[in-house]
Amino acid sequence: MIPWLLRRVLSALLLVCLLMTAVFFIVRLAPGDPLDQVVGNELTDADRDLMRRKFQLDEPLSRQFLSWAGGVLTGDLGESLGRQQPVAAIIGEVLPPTLLLTVSAYVLQLLLAVAAVGVMVRWRGRAPEHWVQGVGLVFYSLPAFWLGLMAIMLMSRWLGWFPAAGLHATDYPFMSGPDRALDLLRHMFLPVTTLALGTFMGTARYLRAGVEEALGQDYILAARSRGLGRGRILGHALRNALLPIITLVGLHLPFLLGGAVVTEVVFGWPGMGRVTVEAIWARDYPLIMGTTLVAALTVVAGSLLADLLYRWADPRVRPERGMSGS
Amino acid sequence: MMRRAGFLISVGLILVSALGPLVLSQDPTALGPVELGLQAPTWSHPCGTDVHGRDVLLRLVHGGRVSLLVGWLSVVVAVTLGATVGLAAGLGPRWLDRPLMYLTDAFLAFPRIFLVLLLVSLISPSLWLVMVVLGLTGWMGVARLVRAETLSLRERDFVHAARGLGLTARQVAVRHVLPNLLPTILVAAALRIGGTILTESFLSFLGLGAQAPTISWGAMIQEGRDHLLDGWWLTVFPGLAIALTVVGYNLLADDLRRRMDPRADEEAGS
Repeated sequence: MIPWLLRRVLSALLLVCLLMTAVFFIVRLAPGDPLDQVVGNELTDADRDLMRRKFQLDEPLSRQFLSWAGGVLTGDLGESLGRQQPVAAIIGEVLPPTLLLTVSAYVLQLLLAVAAVGVMVRWRGRAPEHWVQGVGLVFYSLPAFWLGLMAIMLMSRWLGWFPAAGLHATDYPFMSGPDRALDLLRHMFLPVTTLALGTFMGTARYLRAGVEEALGQDYILAARSRGLGRGRILGHALRNALLPIITLVGLHLPFLLGGAVVTEVVFGWPGMGRVTVEAIWARDYPLIMGTTLVAALTVVAGSLLADLLYRWADPRVRPERGMSGS
Repeated sequence: MMRRAGFLISVGLILVSALGPLVLSQDPTALGPVELGLQAPTWSHPCGTDVHGRDVLLRLVHGGRVSLLVGWLSVVVAVTLGATVGLAAGLGPRWLDRPLMYLTDAFLAFPRIFLVLLLVSLISPSLWLVMVVLGLTGWMGVARLVRAETLSLRERDFVHAARGLGLTARQVAVRHVLPNLLPTILVAAALRIGGTILTESFLSFLGLGAQAPTISWGAMIQEGRDHLLDGWWLTVFPGLAIALTVVGYNLLADDLRRRMDPRADEEAGS
């Protein structure tokens, strides 16, 4: 177990190193000068030289890379070109909203998937199954950014039920505790629902396969022969099928993070995804590298967690075989 | 009926975007008269007009070309690449398997949209670049699928026989293994077209896809974003067009899977 874990961690870290090296050079070799985008053209040549020296943009690429990597090892992610703020501080600010968004959306889509599978299995071959399948397929096929825009159009511009963008209302600092919680929930509702609606059918498909398999097992036959009701039996099967899916939460991370980029852009959600998109536009090298590194670390840690949880939930998976990937 | 729907929708859309622009000869980029700007749907303009007085339906028909072109071509790139990697890993020399699968996992481990955004926006945004980048970042699922299938085919009698007859590894791969993989590959490709069209539309929405005179559905939604209430038709119809296309290809993929390989379990798409 321990050597396996060690090997797994080392290979994950190697993966992150390779990825970051690749991203570093892709970003630097791409055309565009960060100083043009960052501060406009009012800069004098002397100022530019000063900035270049400060951010080491005048040094050879290999040197820049080594100094960046050295910084990371000592916990220093550098300073953002555009915001004149340490990258670590920016990430510390935008990571919590993204986690809030993705974790809530993950839980909601799991609940939706369980409900959908419950209906599909309970009314197999009849109208409710087809309806759930149809609705799920449509949500699965909608562009997430468009679904978000439609939600904004209907629920906030037209009906005025929910705010259209952001994390807090402008008078948030003056609110009392319960009002703050309510305000946050109101801001979360549309982005979280949009993200969950777009993803639940993918989970439901896996879950359904698991439930169908579980329903064929002996313990279900035993439960049935003891005269348990349909609902209870379905509950047993669902619980057993759900465990492996939850343990795979780590493997969902890339998709959730990807979906969060879209959702954050549409809803003006101050999270990692939106900051990354803005940093790419501004050629803010240190910030791009910082958010990419955090995303890569999160995803790699997630897949490691998935392996560990899966082993814990299903001891039949043997250590030397090592499950990997989707 | 539902079974046919996927096929009908996808073929119908291809016909519409191939022939539509020939039948409707008006120029979709020519600015209309000012008084025609931002008109709600009427009989003469079933999907309304945009701020510049251009017919939205006409632009939709033209925009479909971009979505379908990007969807198909980048999936062809992705599937070819994926099948090659999968075949090489499954049938090639033993030392090749591990590094190839490591590479596959490395690509899989990273949120695709980050990589696509980085590549497309850092180089200059264009339709062809989007196509290539979506192809180069979408092959991993196919590679894993093809490798797994190849590993099981490798032990079948007909492959042993082909090897025994002295065929080279490449001949075995191309003549005997690949034809048996075709159903799997076709289903995987159909499944990916929908997802690829969704990603392309998001890139166009961000202004990273096809550039100005070329019309794309994502860019149309972006243009309508400032008129959510006074011009709802500007965002609603392009979104419905994307949804219809993606639903069509997803239904087609389901149908193909049922016909070709009733046992196959689905792989997570893009």
